[in-house]
Amino acid sequence: MAFFEARDISISFGGLKALNRVSFQVEEGEVFSIIGPNGAGKTTIFNCINRYYTLDEGTFVFGGKDITRARPYAIAAKGIARTFQNIELFKNTTVLDNLLLGRHRHRKTSFLSEALFLPWVRKQELRNREKAEEVIDFLDLQAYRDQQVAGLPYGVQKTVELGRALATEPKLLLLDEPSSGMNMEEMEDLSYWITDIKEELGITILMVEHNMRLVRKVSDRVLAMDFGVVITQGETKEVLEHPDVLQAYLGEEGAATRS
Amino acid sequence: MRFVMKRDYNEDIRLFRYRSTFFWYLALVAGCLMAPLVLDEYLLSQLTFVCMYSVATVGLMLLTGYTGQISMGHAAFFAIGAYTSAILTNHGVPFLMALVAAGFLAGLVGIVIGLPALRLSGLYLAIATMAFSFIVEEILARWESVTRGNMGMMVEPPSIGPLVFESETRYYYLSLVILILTIVAARNLLRSPTGRAMVAIRDSEVASQAMGISLAKFKTMAFAISAFFTGVGGSLYAHKLTFINPESFTILLSIELLAMVIVGGLGSIHGAVFGTAFIIFLPQIIIMTKDYMPKYLAEQTGLEPFIYGVMIMLFILFEPLGIYGRWRKTKFYFEMFPLYKKDTFRREKKYFKAERH
Ligand SMILES: Nc1ncnc2c1ncn2[C@@H]1O[C@H](COP(=O)(O)OP(=O)(O)OP(=O)(O)O)[C@@H](O)[C@H]1O
Ligand SMILES: [Mg+2]
Repeated sequence: MAFFEARDISISFGGLKALNRVSFQVEEGEVFSIIGPNGAGKTTIFNCINRYYTLDEGTFVFGGKDITRARPYAIAAKGIARTFQNIELFKNTTVLDNLLLGRHRHRKTSFLSEALFLPWVRKQELRNREKAEEVIDFLDLQAYRDQQVAGLPYGVQKTVELGRALATEPKLLLLDEPSSGMNMEEMEDLSYWITDIKEELGITILMVEHNMRLVRKVSDRVLAMDFGVVITQGETKEVLEHPDVLQAYLGEEGAATRS
Repeated sequence: MRFVMKRDYNEDIRLFRYRSTFFWYLALVAGCLMAPLVLDEYLLSQLTFVCMYSVATVGLMLLTGYTGQISMGHAAFFAIGAYTSAILTNHGVPFLMALVAAGFLAGLVGIVIGLPALRLSGLYLAIATMAFSFIVEEILARWESVTRGNMGMMVEPPSIGPLVFESETRYYYLSLVILILTIVAARNLLRSPTGRAMVAIRDSEVASQAMGISLAKFKTMAFAISAFFTGVGGSLYAHKLTFINPESFTILLSIELLAMVIVGGLGSIHGAVFGTAFIIFLPQIIIMTKDYMPKYLAEQTGLEPFIYGVMIMLFILFEPLGIYGRWRKTKFYFEMFPLYKKDTFRREKKYFKAERH
C-alpha cells in the first residue's frame, strides 16, 4: 500500500474543472514532483489535501487512513506539513517564533498550566526551542533568529517557511514552488536541503516546482499535468522528455510569444 | 543597542529579557506600592481606576491586539463581571470567590460570543459584538428581580477574611495586586503555545491551520480568556463604586476600552496599561491645562470630549504603534544617539498601515 495516495480526485470552480480524476501514489521516502504550466491545478491539489477546498469526488489516503474529510488543522496533526507558493508566514513575529509555531502540533499542555507557566510547560518550551534550534542549524538561519519576518529578503522568508514546516517534524512534506523568488545561491542550497531532508531526516516530499533543473536534480518520480488532468507520470527522466509534456510547456510558451 | 549572549534556552523564555529590566520593574512595583504615601485621596482613586480598568484592557488586548479579533462588546463582559460579583457578595458569598466567579461567568459567555467570530471578522464582528452588548444592557435593565433594573444596586465593599477593603489605600493595593497577577498570567500565556497560536491567527489564518492550530478552538479560547479578565475588572469596578446600574455599561464603555488598547499600542501588554492610564488621566490633564488657555477657549462647552477625540485621532494617524511604540522609539533614540536614523521604524509603520484594511 502506498504511503500517500490520491484516488480519482476532482474539483470544479464554477464551470472550470480544476482537477479532473487525478490519481497518483507517493512511496515512503521518495521525492515526488508535480509539474505543469500555470493554472494546471498543482496548487489546487495541495489546497485539497489541506482541506482548504473540499473535493467534489475522490479520496486521499495517508498511512492507510482516509483523510479526505479531516479538518484542516487535523491534517497537520497527522504529520503533513506544507509551504505556500506565496509565502504565508506570521509576519509580525520573529523567525524563532515562526519555527516555534511549527511545534504547535506537539503541544501537550493546557492553557491553565500555561497561564501559570508550570514546570512541565517550561520543559515543553525548552524542548521546542531545542527542536527550533536544530532547524536553524540545518537551514543556516542563525543570523535571522531574532529578526522580524516582515523585513527579511524574499529568499530568506522562503527558507523560514521551509524551516517552519520542518519544525513540525512531518512525515510528509508538501512544497509549493520552493525555489520561486530565490537567487542562484539560495536555489543551490535548496537542492541540497531537499536531498538531506529526504535522506537524513527520512521525510517524504511531494513537491510542485517550475524549475526543471531542480526537479531533475532531486526528484525520484514526476507527474506532469495540464488543465486539471494528468498528462503522464513515472521516472523523472522519462516524464521530462515525454513529447506531450514538452508540448504542454512549448504550447504555453508559444502562446506567450504570440500574445 | 544591546547584544545579549545566551547560553541556555531558559534565558530565551524568561519574563525579563535583561537583568536590568527586572530591576526596573521591581522599581516600578515599589513606586506603585509607595503611591498612597505621596498621592492625595483623589489621585490615588484615579490610580485605582487605572489598575482595575487595566485588568479589563489587558483582556481586550489579548483578543484584539494579539488575536486580531475586534470586540465592541467588552462593556458587556465588564457588566457581567460587575453584576455577578455584586449579586453573589450581596448573598453572602466571600469576595474572592465572587471575583473568580465573575471572571468565569464572563468567560463562559465569552465562549458563546466567540462562536460568531468563527465566521465573522473585521466590521462584521464589530457589529455582532456590539449587538451582544446591547442585549446584555437590555437584560440588565429588564431582569428586575435579579438586577433591580434601572434602579441599580448597592454593592458591599469587599473583604477577604477579616480584612475589609474600605479605605482608598486598601482598595488600591487590592486592585494593584490583581493587576499584577493578570499581567503575569497574560505574559505567561504569550510565551507558551496558546499565546503564540493567538498571534498566529492574527497574522495568517491559513498558515495557522497548516500548523495544526484549530481556529475554532483558539478563537473561542481567546474570547473566553479575554472575557475572563474583563469580567474580573468589572467585579473590581462594582466593589469600588459600591453602586452599579445598567447605564454604567453602555456601548460608550466598549468604545473607551477599545480606545485604550489602540492608543496604548496594539500587540503589547505595556500598551494596554499605558493606554488605560493615558485615557483615564486625559480629562485631568485637560482640566489642568485649562488654566493656561485663553478664556474664550477654556469656557467652551464640550471642550473636553473634543480634545479627547482629537487626541485619539492623532494617535491613530501618526502613532499607529501607540504610546508603547513611541516609548520604544524614544528609548532607541537615546541608545543610538547620535546614530539614530529616522527611517528605522518606517518599515514597521508602513506595514501596520497596510494591515489595517
Ligand atoms: N478558489 C478558487 N476559485 C476559483 N478558481 C480557482 C480557485 N483556486 C484555483 N482556481 C483556478 O483553478 C485553476 C488551477 O489553479 P492552481 O492555482 O491550482 O494552478 P497552479 O497549477 O498552481 O498554477 P501556478 O503554476 O500558476 O501556481 C486555475 O485556473 C485557477 O484560476
Ligand atoms: Mg500554484
